[in-house]
Amino acid sequence: MTAPTPKLRLATAWLGGCSGCHMSFLDLGERLIKIADSIELVYGPLVDAKEFPEGVDVALIEGAVANADNLELLGQIRERSRVLVSFGDCAVSGNVTSLRNFFTVDDLLTAVYHVGPGSAPHGVEAVQVLPALLPRVLPLHHVVTVDAYLPGCPPDPERIWTALSALLRGESVYLSPEQKTFG
Amino acid sequence: MTQTITIAPVTRIEGHAKITIHLDDAGQVADARFHVTEFRGFEKFCLGRSYREMPAITERICGICPVSHALAAAKAGDALKGVKIPPAAEKLRRLMHCAQLVQSHALSFFLLSGPDLLLGMESDPKKRNLIGLLEAMPGLAKEGIRLRQFGQDVIRLIGDRSVHPAWAVSGGVREPLSPEKRDGIAAGLPEAMSTARKALKLGNEALERMAEEARCYGNFPSLFMGLVGGNGDLEHYDGTLRMVDESGSVLEECFDPSRYGDIIGEAEESWTYLKFPYYKPRGHETDAGMYRVGPLARLNVARQAGTPLAEDELRSFRQFGESGGPVQGSFYYHQARLIELLFCLETMAALLDDPEILDTHVRSHARTNNRVGIGIVEAPRGVLFHEYHVDDNGLLNYVNLIIATGHNNRAMNRTVLQIAQRYLRGGRLEEGLLNRVEHGIRCYDPCLSCSTHVTGRMPMKMELYGPAGELLDSISQSS
Ligand code: SF4
Repeated sequence: MTAPTPKLRLATAWLGGCSGCHMSFLDLGERLIKIADSIELVYGPLVDAKEFPEGVDVALIEGAVANADNLELLGQIRERSRVLVSFGDCAVSGNVTSLRNFFTVDDLLTAVYHVGPGSAPHGVEAVQVLPALLPRVLPLHHVVTVDAYLPGCPPDPERIWTALSALLRGESVYLSPEQKTFG
Repeated sequence: MTQTITIAPVTRIEGHAKITIHLDDAGQVADARFHVTEFRGFEKFCLGRSYREMPAITERICGICPVSHALAAAKAGDALKGVKIPPAAEKLRRLMHCAQLVQSHALSFFLLSGPDLLLGMESDPKKRNLIGLLEAMPGLAKEGIRLRQFGQDVIRLIGDRSVHPAWAVSGGVREPLSPEKRDGIAAGLPEAMSTARKALKLGNEALERMAEEARCYGNFPSLFMGLVGGNGDLEHYDGTLRMVDESGSVLEECFDPSRYGDIIGEAEESWTYLKFPYYKPRGHETDAGMYRVGPLARLNVARQAGTPLAEDELRSFRQFGESGGPVQGSFYYHQARLIELLFCLETMAALLDDPEILDTHVRSHARTNNRVGIGIVEAPRGVLFHEYHVDDNGLLNYVNLIIATGHNNRAMNRTVLQIAQRYLRGGRLEEGLLNRVEHGIRCYDPCLSCSTHVTGRMPMKMELYGPAGELLDSISQSS
């Protein structure tokens, strides 16, 4: 490869999760400043990119697939990214986001809404403006091929650093046994 | 015969949302809606579980304010047990909560809204982010990152991890604080304090530069609600729930939190998963029952800050209110957040100075003695309610969560409408407009992870539709 080395095109995304994985990513803190020169953040919560771009090297995806929007975005991410990482327990297993799988969408919406005045976001009118909820929340690998898994709720910054620095060197991600835990 | 403009999703906020702007036949803005598009269902799937699990489960509602959820859940648990927690436990809870407010407010100012405030609303969208700020103002951006990190590090020191610490429990907290950890936290305070003061200065300068925005970004009368401490001091952990009216007069002073249902109702709309809480006596049909919560509301309901540096700032902040009344413009949320940041750092210093914080008795034990427990705290974005009902075995049979951003729902919708009316010209979509409308939402620093018990945040696209549903205009930012 010719110098200067091209920057790693990094993208992150939030599907059905709590943003805690992204917070843990930000907890890299000053290490983020150090690698700011070797990465280009092309998509994610902190940038104003409007559409998931083409030619992404690494995509860290937080959260499980919970609705039609997540499903569509994840498909696009897969098509446009070289390495797709299941980032955190929700992405890896469904985790807390999938606790709703014990109930039907209808039961959930009935239980949470229809109490106060107004019209509940439940039914035909709602589906026209709001993305449909999937009957079951799915981990990423049920929907697309996943290249690497980073477990943890959230994965602690050390774990993220292990993965990210390997990917920056163009190597595969190897986590030590104690880095492969849930929770 | 109306047209609709859709902005989806909204960027640099903490959650999944879109905005639609509706034009009338004359091309004038008739209505604007802020749609929250995700749903997670915690109120349903927690049923049948033990309330003792709730701090750990509800933390997972939101990675930005997990400590607030854990504390509200633990306080509801204290009430179910009917215990008074040890004094050191309360001080430690306060300490960790301050740390979270610091990290959350620093995140909002430096990483989410800062790029608009410091680089400009119409600056290059590709650079209008943290990386752009690092390029343009490297020293400041680094200090901002370090300030947020300070808050996170304190949470980790006290509770073992910075996100979702397994630490607050009903009856108190799991671990006392060691002198070494106390000293470690104290050592970081001076730098944090100096960054906070720098941010306040920059915030004040931005307000001067952006007088126009301050005038029309969510500037309207409304009620305000927040907790106040003894003497009416600024308060984030425990206190009296106060509601003031448009002129600042006290409407409600709720000493018994279990009464919150008497003053707050929750309306619903078919086009958003976020409910619309309103002040019950005034009804939900009009804006009369609209109230705001969060940093601006807390400063408006408090009589004084209660710490010296924040008090000075609060005094000069009051000038933004008309004739001694509440500060009405939502653009001032930014500055209110910075004043709170300073307040939290001062409060942390005072807590660390108190020898009682090292007391090792940090947990009271009891069985479940009550059937209903309500926990209220001031999360970074405003009042947070957790209400639990349990059966004889302590298993939940009713859960209601009212989340900070929810309270502001009606005000956020009004704000988008106000900005669209001011800046949309001839039904044309421009990038600057798009960012302005989004910034109106960012003033509230909405945490949609919390509000819908969900999260996410993505890029945005704005579309203008004609009466027959044909696409008239569209704009999006390329990556
Ligand atoms: S894995 Fe944990 S931290 Fe990450 S999104 Fe899910 S609940 Fe939040």
